[in-house]
Amino acid sequence: MSGALAVSVRALRKRYDDVVAVDGLDLEIPTGECFGLLGPNGAGKTTTVEICEGLTAPDEGDVIVLGRRWATDERALRERLGIQLQETQLAEKLTVAETVRLFRSFYARGRSIDDVIRVVQLDEKRDGRVGKLSGGQKQRLALACAIVGDPELLFLDEPTTGLDPQSRRQIWDLVEEFKAMGRTLLLTTHYMDEAERLCDRVAIIDHGKVIALGAPRDLIASLGAEHVVEFVLAGSSDSLSDESLRRLEGVRAARRIDGNAWELRVSELHRTVPALLAELAQRRLQLAELRTHSATLEDVFVHLTGRQLRDE
Amino acid sequence: MSNLAQDSPRRRLISDSLVQLSSVRFKEFIREPEALFWTFAFPILLAIGLGIAFRNRPAEIVHIAVVGSSPEASRVAAAARADSGLAVEVLSPDSASAAIRTGRVALLVVPQPDGRVQYQFDETRPDARNARLLADNAIQRGYGRADQVRVSEAHVRERGSRYIDFVIPGLLGMNIMGSSIWGLGYTIVDARRKKLLKRLVATPMSRAEFLVSYLVSRIALLVGEVVVLLGFAALFFGVPVRGSVLQLILIVLASVFAFGGLGLLIASRARTIEGASGLMNVAMMPMWVLSGVFFSSENFPKAFQPLIQALPLTATNNALRASMLRGAGWTVVGPEVALLALWAVATLWLALKWFRWR
Ligand SMILES: Nc1ncnc2c1ncn2[C@@H]1O[C@H](COP(=O)(O)OP(=O)(O)OP(=O)(O)O)[C@@H](O)[C@H]1O
Ligand SMILES: [Mg+2]
Repeated sequence: MSGALAVSVRALRKRYDDVVAVDGLDLEIPTGECFGLLGPNGAGKTTTVEICEGLTAPDEGDVIVLGRRWATDERALRERLGIQLQETQLAEKLTVAETVRLFRSFYARGRSIDDVIRVVQLDEKRDGRVGKLSGGQKQRLALACAIVGDPELLFLDEPTTGLDPQSRRQIWDLVEEFKAMGRTLLLTTHYMDEAERLCDRVAIIDHGKVIALGAPRDLIASLGAEHVVEFVLAGSSDSLSDESLRRLEGVRAARRIDGNAWELRVSELHRTVPALLAELAQRRLQLAELRTHSATLEDVFVHLTGRQLRDE
Repeated sequence: MSNLAQDSPRRRLISDSLVQLSSVRFKEFIREPEALFWTFAFPILLAIGLGIAFRNRPAEIVHIAVVGSSPEASRVAAAARADSGLAVEVLSPDSASAAIRTGRVALLVVPQPDGRVQYQFDETRPDARNARLLADNAIQRGYGRADQVRVSEAHVRERGSRYIDFVIPGLLGMNIMGSSIWGLGYTIVDARRKKLLKRLVATPMSRAEFLVSYLVSRIALLVGEVVVLLGFAALFFGVPVRGSVLQLILIVLASVFAFGGLGLLIASRARTIEGASGLMNVAMMPMWVLSGVFFSSENFPKAFQPLIQALPLTATNNALRASMLRGAGWTVVGPEVALLALWAVATLWLALKWFRWR
């Protein structure tokens, strides 16, 4: 049965001194799926991934990767995995080609160095020093090192964090290409758009636990509202209550974020906005700001925890 | 099961990954201008400086030795001691010739069977000439009259007993120690700090090959270091290499393994460069002072000698000096090399046991 599962994790637990990093976590990733771990800083994403990668030993729980266990099959497993860690700095004095060649030499079989460098679009930097690469180029080189062994299963820990939009899109293209080859992917991110775009399924993690699991579209749909309206009032808003907002047409949920800021989850934007404006006018309240956006995984997280996913 | 066998990689005599790891190590080093300076230029600058500074070494107290255990020897020694400018030792012929070769004494006073006293010294050295005059004066006076003792002189003009001869093997030993301990310790801790070690163990890389690659690249670099320093010393100061080249190579290899092992041990757990440099200094500082780099370690009290002689740098320096300056055989060099091998085995074993890969 587990043959069809690339990764199977049961009742995983890991604690560091006084922090419980992973707290009874289960995951099942079928072969060929692109699976995302989504969560705020310190949620336990890296710890979970590194346990799956056999780099961290769990305190409790069972991990089966590609049908094998780390304790018995480490060497064979390493040949079949591609890994990109959250914070590796590759040797700065080496060139791009030398770095890829080094990683290639560790694997019994894999892709050609030229091929991999072309795939990550670093041909021009082939003989340039690693230390001189931009952030996005470094990240693509890390990806090149992860795929040079032609892995069946690829782990990417925050592959696009800190990158500009264009670099992020380049990485996404690479991931799409890898997916198209029918390989399995486990990636972590705190970018919602990234998870929505790349992942077949995501697990939202908070405090070391899975708090939501499913396809991004299904998770967003579970909110029962496709849009989010945020507004800020000028002056006091004490006369306004969650209650009265919830009665407006199309509003599924209403929440006071803080002070004069409110948030509504809405199924029919074109009906709710006029109703909201009318309601405010009737109470003689002035709008300072009004924003709307389509509901995202971020809103799913906010809905489940009452907190923002990223502290900005 | 059959699956598993299929997955295990093919093994060759020298694997591609060992070649890659070693060459990467080598390239990283030669692309670091500062490291190149400290390894190649610094010892030469130091040698030049010392060569100039000690050309005219002043000697306030002149060390001489009276050779033999005859009553005549004690009498001569007693006579010489009358001069407060002389430090007089009575030594057996063997230790006496070692003492003069290493520059520990400036003059040998040898009572002859025929009643004469022979002075053996390097007449090109001002301090030795000075010693001869002082000793002769004191002895003649001790015997009552200036012309009661007939004297003869034998001139010992030997390359290999000057200060520069003494210090070049010491600098070489110090350089091997520094570059091995620093070269391994720094790069490994740096790789650990940058999570590069963790990234590497996430691949099927062989951990043994990884560590071996450091020693391989060290040895490759050492060929350059040894040739540059000894070549320079031979060319400009005429420092001799009397022992066989094979012996020299074995001494250097044993030293690389001993100090490389020490470097790995120091780097086995440290997470920060600061922590590792502290440990490296703690390991190296006592040896700089005690192991006879710039002056003979025999200047330290007898009680410390067993400890001093057990230090790897003392072994390296002793072996290098015995081989280069005296052309000593394996009976002298062998035990020192064995001691270095022991250091290598012990430190490598502990380093592997404690090594922190993440
Ligand atoms: N080596 C460690 N020693 C002590 N605590 C640790 C260690 N590694 C992680 N932790 C703690 O475990 C918790 C989970 O960390 P983890 O790195 O898995 O989070 P994450 O979801 O990857 O966060 P981020 O988005 O910031 O990368 C955090 O509270 C962190 O401080
Ligand atoms: Mg993380």
